[in-house]
Amino acid sequence: MNEKIEVDIKVPNQTRYLGLIGKIGEDIARTLKKYKGDREELAYHLNLVLTEAMANAIRHANEGNPEKEVHITITILDRILNIKVYDQGQGFDVNALPATPDFKNLEEHGRGIYIIRTLMDRVTYQKHAHGHVLEMEKTLI
Amino acid sequence: MILKIEEKGTVVLIEVKEERLDAHNSGELKTQMLTLFEEGKNDIIVDLQDVRFVDSSGLGALVSGFKNASARNGNLKLCGLQHQVKSMFELTRLHRVFEIFPDSTEALASF
Repeated sequence: MNEKIEVDIKVPNQTRYLGLIGKIGEDIARTLKKYKGDREELAYHLNLVLTEAMANAIRHANEGNPEKEVHITITILDRILNIKVYDQGQGFDVNALPATPDFKNLEEHGRGIYIIRTLMDRVTYQKHAHGHVLEMEKTLI
Repeated sequence: MILKIEEKGTVVLIEVKEERLDAHNSGELKTQMLTLFEEGKNDIIVDLQDVRFVDSSGLGALVSGFKNASARNGNLKLCGLQHQVKSMFELTRLHRVFEIFPDSTEALASF
């Protein structure tokens, strides 16, 4: 039987919930039935991409408005891990960000999307009914 | 966020007593370091031994501290990095920027 996991969660647009969402990602990595790679590494990576995507949604898309919310879905089916993070904002141009940060000039910001792009196979950012959605996909081994 | 701050001669040791250093709490570490710089304390060690998870905001706070310390002819050094946390520094090439020590004793001895 194929392993199918679907998690659908909404939290207020506040950074205090980053740890909760990250923890769910970690627990999924540790629970997967057939994963053959380093589980603790996958756990950290899921925690990280969820934290980065959600922090972007909270700060940049939803502009820190605590009345808004962030909607996250995590789906695993046939070794494909899919994560969607929905915001309620005007969006930002994800393609305008450099593919790699400026490693020479030591900047404080600009590593979040680079980290997501490095750890996931496919990353898109598109409009949806009430805002934008950052979608990330990875084929698990 | 819980930070334990101790003066060791001219060096200030900041122990981050949190499991996560992320977009939620890293601003507090940054502010704390700025306070120390304003007091003229420019040599800092940040001990991350209790930190299991760092995100890009956490790294950004440490980069901010490093830049401020360097601009004041001081130094910000790190110690106690857990395996996965160290991987984050490698992923973002920051392991080439910071001086990283196994523990605070070795970090202190390097000043």
